[in-house]
Amino acid sequence: MSTTEKEILHAGGGGGHHEHHELPFLRKYIFSTDHKTIAKQFMFVSLFFLVVGGALASLMRWQLGFPGQPMPGGGILPDAMMAPTPDGAIMLPEFYNSLVTMHGTIMIFFAIMPLLVGVFGNLLIPLQIGAEDMAFPRLNMASFWLAVPAGILMLASFGVEGGAAGAGWTSYAPLSSSGEWTGVYLGQQLWLASLAVLGFSSLAGAVNYISTVINMRAPGMTWFRIPLATWALFITAILILLAMPILAGALIMLLFDQTIGTAFFRPQYGGEPLLWQHLFWFFGHPEVYILILPAMGITSEVLSNRARKPIFGYHSMVLAIIGIAFLGWIVWGHHMFMSGMNPLLGTSFMISTMAIAVPSAIKVFNWLATLWKADIHFDSPMLHALSFVSMFIIGGLSGIFMASTPVDMYIHDTYFIVAHIHYVLFGGSLFAIFAGITFWFPKMFGRMMNEPLNKVHWALTFVFYNLVFFPMHNLGVQGMMRRIYDFTQYDYLQPLQPMNRFITISAFLLVASQSLFVISFFWSIFKGRKATDNPWDSNTLEWTVPSPPPHGNFAEIPVVYRGPYEYSSPESDRDFLPQTEPPRGMPASAPAPAT
Amino acid sequence: MNWSWMLPEGFSTVSGDIDFIYYVILWITGVIFVGTEALLIYFLVRYRHVEGRKAAFHHGSTRVEVVWTMIPLFIVIGLGIMSKGVWDRVKREVPPGGLGYIVTARQFEWNTTYPGPDGALGTADDFSTLNALHAPVGRPIVLTLRAEDVLHSFFIPEFRIKQDAVPGRDITVWFEATQPGEYTLGCAELCGIGHTTMNGAVTIYTAADYQAWAATQSAQ
Repeated sequence: MSTTEKEILHAGGGGGHHEHHELPFLRKYIFSTDHKTIAKQFMFVSLFFLVVGGALASLMRWQLGFPGQPMPGGGILPDAMMAPTPDGAIMLPEFYNSLVTMHGTIMIFFAIMPLLVGVFGNLLIPLQIGAEDMAFPRLNMASFWLAVPAGILMLASFGVEGGAAGAGWTSYAPLSSSGEWTGVYLGQQLWLASLAVLGFSSLAGAVNYISTVINMRAPGMTWFRIPLATWALFITAILILLAMPILAGALIMLLFDQTIGTAFFRPQYGGEPLLWQHLFWFFGHPEVYILILPAMGITSEVLSNRARKPIFGYHSMVLAIIGIAFLGWIVWGHHMFMSGMNPLLGTSFMISTMAIAVPSAIKVFNWLATLWKADIHFDSPMLHALSFVSMFIIGGLSGIFMASTPVDMYIHDTYFIVAHIHYVLFGGSLFAIFAGITFWFPKMFGRMMNEPLNKVHWALTFVFYNLVFFPMHNLGVQGMMRRIYDFTQYDYLQPLQPMNRFITISAFLLVASQSLFVISFFWSIFKGRKATDNPWDSNTLEWTVPSPPPHGNFAEIPVVYRGPYEYSSPESDRDFLPQTEPPRGMPASAPAPAT
Repeated sequence: MNWSWMLPEGFSTVSGDIDFIYYVILWITGVIFVGTEALLIYFLVRYRHVEGRKAAFHHGSTRVEVVWTMIPLFIVIGLGIMSKGVWDRVKREVPPGGLGYIVTARQFEWNTTYPGPDGALGTADDFSTLNALHAPVGRPIVLTLRAEDVLHSFFIPEFRIKQDAVPGRDITVWFEATQPGEYTLGCAELCGIGHTTMNGAVTIYTAADYQAWAATQSAQ
């Protein structure tokens, strides 16, 4: 590459300058345009929301484990949530409905999605493709600063009259279309407004990721040399770009139904409730893959690195990501088998849904084959990544039950679904997030994490997680409905009380175990051992720069010579071969291979 | 605590077919689950880091990829074909000679309207029950499901029947009970503050007992 080409690349990198001039505090830490700082901002905010979501789940579990019994400490909550009695405060059904709704909404939109897309998308994409920053750094900053008011609106809805939204995270109309059915007016409107704002935040991120991956790859970084985490985040960004406008449109229509008297979804004025479901799930099913594809990418990175072996079937892994993303657009109707949609459509959606099991299976088999004849190091990122694989197997297999339309007739809207979604979103996505945080923490903060504490955290999380969610399959098989305030109202569900109590106690222990991670996280930021540039002996580009990388990332734009997973290559004396290391016999200054 | 994966006993003419598919899936997924998790654990033990041992430098195999693409594909095609037949029978093929009722859902109750002695709905001798559904055994019951306010979901677990009730639509649901007795009618779709209380009893009579019950009702 000639000097002029390099200069052009640098100039195209969104104002990349290496001379280090101190930015004022506000520009450096608050309104930063540095993708690494924005990743950290997303991380702090979404970890906060993860804690909020966990607290909401704990409240819900109290009511399910001990239905109608006074909640210890419940008296501090306002009377709109808890009914005071002489023995203590008892949860009100309207508050339970708000908990169901807000736990799902906050976990999906404000915890898991920003952790995967906001944190790892921002951190990894420029670093892994050898770019100095995102294509549009200011837009990137706007993306974060749109997410913050969205979060404030969502949290504020707990304090308004009528309480927070209570129509489920799916907000099915007509229940959600007018406060007359739920008693929730402003809370539901804030819910809609918050998600609409968040949608714009996601869109700003998505266009940035797509532009960056297409235009700003370092010389030699061909499409099939891109690490799988970045591949997954790139495909995810395309899904977000196409899906979010649909959600935004539906949200605005519902907001109009709520506020200015339109009747898109209100049947008594000629509206169609099923239209909401079609719009919501046409967004919502791609959303499911938005929440799992980056997790798969992170798992592939960690697994290959800690197994010291090339990922098995790199090309089929990429094709499986694309296949899942494509099929994800034609399966939304499987959420609507019981909705009153034409049953003939049910059959076609069943077939497309079953088809999506195939690329998912390919990924699992490739991960397993990666471990075959490997050299496995059980560090905490690896333990979390392996948990992802083993839990995703369960979540994938349980999905086959509800894909079958006749079986879904029985288990639809039961705890079997709750078990399934948590095996994919917690057992899947959240374990991958823990794998990602523990793996890239040294790069983000320049220090190693507290490994013994992380291992204890992993072990407790893995055990209690399974004790909470595995028995939910059994509850569903016994016919216990989801989103139900007091299941003991049904005689046939009363024998399920001991199991519900068992789940609740396990859930409290699961939540309590997370404090270990919080301690390890903050302890490591300040007290962790200083990290080297490449503590995991990794091949990818982010590990060729200092930890943490300086503004502008690369002192010199790197040249890429090979794929990202050349571990244990006979070409090298070590068990890894960085993407930037020139092939033997080729001087470092040699021209890069054609891209 | 009941850790069983066995379904509760079913009492409708379709429950056996539905349960059969469930158990087929349970067996297939159970075998895959045990197989893959066992393989995972075996690899973790067998290929754990040992000083001086290097991992194999292996990038994959197209032949293997084709094999593990085709096997799941054939399994899901088989399950899809099996499921389609039962689904069509339950949701698309209403048997002839059924007894017609109208079930109307609203916050937070189930209202069932029965034909009177004239055997026709929509006439003056119709009668109705609240949070109760009475029907004879051995005869298809064909419900016109309606909702007055929000979505509800008509769910009789013992009959394996579930169908959302949608305001503005008439949706046909049918079932045929195989044994007289008391069953549960529940609401499976979040419908508001009182969702949890929206349940009722399903009473299945012998044909003669049903005639007698219907006669007392229409006399009132």
